[in-house]
Amino acid sequence: MNNIPMEACLAISTLMFFAGVYGFLSRKNMIMVLVSLELMLNAVDLNFVVFNRYLYPGQMEGMFFALFGIAIAAAETAIAIAIIINIYRNVKRIYIDENITELKH
Amino acid sequence: MGEQIVFLILGAIIAGCSILAVTTQKIIRAATFLLFVLLATAGIYLLLDYHFLAMVQIAVYAGGIMVLFIFAILLTNQPGVNVKFEKPWRMFLAALAALSGLVICGHIIFYNVTKIFKYAEIDYISMQTIGTAMMGTDQHQYLLPFEAISLLLLACIIGGIMIARKR
Repeated sequence: MNNIPMEACLAISTLMFFAGVYGFLSRKNMIMVLVSLELMLNAVDLNFVVFNRYLYPGQMEGMFFALFGIAIAAAETAIAIAIIINIYRNVKRIYIDENITELKH
Repeated sequence: MGEQIVFLILGAIIAGCSILAVTTQKIIRAATFLLFVLLATAGIYLLLDYHFLAMVQIAVYAGGIMVLFIFAILLTNQPGVNVKFEKPWRMFLAALAALSGLVICGHIIFYNVTKIFKYAEIDYISMQTIGTAMMGTDQHQYLLPFEAISLLLLACIIGGIMIARKR
């Protein structure tokens, strides 16, 4: 990695993040929204690791932050998919529409 | 030179597949493109000498989360049906927001980051170092976040069961 500049890694993660932003705002299917969210979280993890590796090579803060970020992303995805399956069981579709408000108790 | 070629290939995979994942019509294809993005990210972690993180990325993200996604897709979608997008003006607004953010961040990265760049070789980070750093309570050790994450995972398990059970 000696002759790979830091901006290249950051450019890749920026592209991934804003692809996630575009998908988050432009899709109606809940699972697609979740896929976009995973893209954004992954870009943030990559940013942490790249900053840690290039700026503070002897320490491991960014690596552990990325590790905990991966764990939080896994927990969040599990909960979100449980909610999505519950919505599907109730209203038989998982599009972000007006009928989602019927789930309120 | 070899590292540069590998990095270029991984970067091209990430760029192409992340854009395809948010623009494709079939939802299972989007999940597959997301899998490619996650695996290429693990490859970049390997290039940056964080072997443990690459393995965690493959095991948790590309293994666990992708299985969850594919289960959810197969449970909630009729096969072969294209998914709907938002209304056209909302898609235009989304593209505008993403492009403006990309331009702003690209400008910042291109003009500001080069001044602080330096690269140093590091030794191989052994598993013992990672384990003591994760389980200790001294400075630069992470027992408290580790326990917080374990509590979060417990709450997530209970919440997932409570939400998804049959009433």
